[in-house]
Amino acid sequence: MATYEPVLLARIGKPGSASLEGYRADGGYATAERAVKDLKPEQVTAQVKDSGLRGRGGAGFPTGLKWTFLPKDHPGPVYLCINADESEPCTYNNRILMEKDPHQVLEGILLACFAVKSKKAFFYIRYEYGDAYRALRNAVDELYAAGLLGKNIFGTDFELDVVLHRGAGAYICGEETGLIESLEGKRAWPRIKPPFPAVVGAFRKPTLVNNVETLACVTQIVKMGNDWFKSLGVPPDPKNPRDAGSYGPKLYTLAGHVNEPKCVELPMGVTLRDLVEVHGGGVWKGRKAKAVNPGGLSMGYVDVLAPLKGEDGKTEYDIPLDFNGPGKVGCLGLGTAAVTVVDDATSMVDVLHNTCQFFAHESCGQCTPCREGTGWMLKITDRLRRGQGKREDLDILVEVADRIGIMPGTTICGLADGAGWPVKTAIRKFRGEFEAAIRDGSRSRYAKSLAMAGH
Amino acid sequence: MPTVYVNDRPVEVGTGKLNCIQAAEKAGVFVPSYCWHEALTVVASCRMCLVEVGERKPDGTVVMQPKVVPGCQTPVRDGTVVVTGEYAKRSGADAPLAYPADYTKVAEPGDRAKRAQADTLEGLLINHPLDCPVCDKAGECKLQDYSYKYGRSESRMVDEKNQPPNKPGLSSKITLFTDRCIMCTRCVRFTREITGTGELAVMGRGHHEEIDTFPGRPLENKLAGNVVDLCPVGALGSKDFLYKQRVWYLKESAGVCSRCATGCSVQVDTNKDIVYRLRSRENPEAQGHFICDEGRYGYHFVNSGERFVRPMAKADGRFKPATWGQLTPVLKKEVTDAVTVNAKGFAAVLSPFLTVEEAFLFATFFKGLSKDVRLVLGPVPVVGADDTYPKDVRGNPVEPVKFTIRAEKCPNRKGVEAVLRHFQGAVVPFADVAGDGLAAMWFAGGYPDKDQLEAALPGGWTAPPLLVAQDLFANVVTASAKYVLPATAAFEKEGTFVNHAFLAQPFARAVKPPVEVRPELQLAFDLLGRRGLVQAAAVRAEAAKAVPLLAPLGLDVPGNGVRLAVKA
Repeated sequence: MATYEPVLLARIGKPGSASLEGYRADGGYATAERAVKDLKPEQVTAQVKDSGLRGRGGAGFPTGLKWTFLPKDHPGPVYLCINADESEPCTYNNRILMEKDPHQVLEGILLACFAVKSKKAFFYIRYEYGDAYRALRNAVDELYAAGLLGKNIFGTDFELDVVLHRGAGAYICGEETGLIESLEGKRAWPRIKPPFPAVVGAFRKPTLVNNVETLACVTQIVKMGNDWFKSLGVPPDPKNPRDAGSYGPKLYTLAGHVNEPKCVELPMGVTLRDLVEVHGGGVWKGRKAKAVNPGGLSMGYVDVLAPLKGEDGKTEYDIPLDFNGPGKVGCLGLGTAAVTVVDDATSMVDVLHNTCQFFAHESCGQCTPCREGTGWMLKITDRLRRGQGKREDLDILVEVADRIGIMPGTTICGLADGAGWPVKTAIRKFRGEFEAAIRDGSRSRYAKSLAMAGH
Repeated sequence: MPTVYVNDRPVEVGTGKLNCIQAAEKAGVFVPSYCWHEALTVVASCRMCLVEVGERKPDGTVVMQPKVVPGCQTPVRDGTVVVTGEYAKRSGADAPLAYPADYTKVAEPGDRAKRAQADTLEGLLINHPLDCPVCDKAGECKLQDYSYKYGRSESRMVDEKNQPPNKPGLSSKITLFTDRCIMCTRCVRFTREITGTGELAVMGRGHHEEIDTFPGRPLENKLAGNVVDLCPVGALGSKDFLYKQRVWYLKESAGVCSRCATGCSVQVDTNKDIVYRLRSRENPEAQGHFICDEGRYGYHFVNSGERFVRPMAKADGRFKPATWGQLTPVLKKEVTDAVTVNAKGFAAVLSPFLTVEEAFLFATFFKGLSKDVRLVLGPVPVVGADDTYPKDVRGNPVEPVKFTIRAEKCPNRKGVEAVLRHFQGAVVPFADVAGDGLAAMWFAGGYPDKDQLEAALPGGWTAPPLLVAQDLFANVVTASAKYVLPATAAFEKEGTFVNHAFLAQPFARAVKPPVEVRPELQLAFDLLGRRGLVQAAAVRAEAAKAVPLLAPLGLDVPGNGVRLAVKA
């Protein structure tokens, strides 16, 4: 395998990578200047659309297509919201970009706002990301001082203001309408869709919500062209007419029981095995992987040893990490491409309890099925790890996990799908382990003596 | 006409914007819901109204969505197909639609919705304490009703429930049983959208979230009591009603609030002739969905021990109890004599608390004695200015107005005025005759608040030598009267009130008056020498015939009342 030369992360680690001076020395803002001076907004949109770029935030919606959903010839204002509320467990790719190379993202914002004719961008930064906020604060101040934000950018009539907004400290603020509500100063309760934010968004105006990494990709696409972008990644599956392909580079983050937890940039489609064993240096302490979370907690679990159907000798460990790969083994999708490894010395009961704890804590509480479902799943898993599980618990867990979410139509946003997915994949794939735990009545060594239910 | 198919039944929905719940209601199909309320914004969060929807194409083919959708948030249009959880219970009279095979293959029509609703109820009961035996709401609780009708019969939840502490300090009038709450957020939306005061908020997240107020800003606004009515479960309780009655002992009757000129339709809840509670009775013609706290808690005067409960006559400067049998002929003779001596010096005061029927009969009696007798409109209590809602954070009113508490604190000025105009062509206000040196006065009062009456009396008013005063409570008028007659409250009689906008609302008697209190209408019958049963409806018909403005009352009056045609 040829070594891949990072593009999005190319400047990470360089001295002064976060400063405007350093970025300009590497040819920064030349792309934006060229686009603003020479291109029409529609041309930028068309290029992004043709590049096949799909949103890096989790759902993988085609970015260019999303841009075209904004109403044409709207009198304005039109807003761009940058979703930097990166709260998915083990995900930190946006953080690296914001802290070490904020100008790459800000150039993408310039390009995006130019393309959709927006004069104001709201940068919604996860509250806990203090360093990222300060790096961006410096970067934005530098841009205003250099005349690259404000009025008459590059001597044209293009104007743009970037507002940095620190988040409200909740996972749900990363849901795009939750983010908009939170930005408006309300409780981040996701809105009912339709209307979609592209029609009625922040402050009741058409709004585009894009992820940080997506915008960094926009910078590189306009800079290096679609041919480069499409040379990376996985083309659409010819058997699936609805597949838009998985082009471009992707920032994968590695966490959990690996030797080298880190963020690596690779072309889309690297297999899980390569990522963990080669790039992550293998599982720690000489152990083997048992389960892997392919893209953030809400995507569910991969059983490393389960054979892959129709492919001899391969296991679920060999799935490619593109937008379709995890779906083939019952996971929800690629998500944020945050790979969490669970070694074979770890009990899945503990893993699942930890998962349920997160979602019960982060459910916004708006829709009944999610509010009560996540809480119930937590209480059951808590009982399981205290060695008081019952045989019917597993069926109840799967049933509850199956019935909450936008897929069955019982909630407003996708948090419940994400809460249910790890539960049902874990139980379906590791049922034997759960049943044994119930049979033995063994108590997890992490279970506290007091009942943890409800915490 | 746009047609919607609800459980196969075609129903024409007209041009209004309807959601699936409303369209189903038109087809006679009930869709349960918690968070949805007609007067509040849609949040679609309780997930009780889940239905299956699709579209019937003009060629008869049907396309169905594979997942359930909240009925409250899904608008219907021509051709919309709605399948509710009750599909299996449909009458079968309508031909089944051609549901597509991919839809029926997975589950029978209606099964998805039915299951999803049962799941929602199971979820709602997970942290609900199920303390129905000690809960005030039991018997009229939507969680009970729907669980019985749509839920599972047993709970699979074996873990400990969350036990958040109760919040009796939420408001001086309202308490919150936090654990019973199902987070429909109706109360929160009410304080934001209807009153604009925004005292209530959701605190916390997930299954630990609670309704709460900001520290130091309790739920105190003049419409706050409505959140108790809005609460579909027993979470928000009215301290006024708490632990007073089990609701299944209560008898409901349709009343009209008598505390201001808005004339809200109210539901009067009584047991054994005691009024226990007032609730709003939805009436788009009168007030809409809500009532104010002045009206809601303003019924206590009926049960007051201070009321006049028997007629009294003054002898040697002291009031002595009398019986109606003795007193009625005496009253009739005194009044007739006074009119014979000086008809112009006799004033019959008809208060704006009388019903149209009472005013009509009293006017008939007094004008029958002599046409020179002056009919006078009783003092009209006015407190402050009209109070409109919603308000902004500084308390300034905001348009559009959603509720008005009127400054005029009486229910029937317009109705009494209509009668007065009919009998003497003009309305004589009380202040005009107060200083006229009258020889005699009949004061038909019925003021529930003595202070409001005394504030409305002209200054320096002195009683005429002969004063017959009929009222609920002792006040300066009854103090100087020769005869004091007990009055009845609006709950103790039937009649008609005409509100500020000329909406005439007949109402029924909710409770019997105290034993020795003779209703005004009966007294008028006695004075007129009429015989037979006293029926407000008969008098109403008589008044409708005589007074052109009141003519619409002669026909069948709808439950929401009838608007009188007033020339501009």
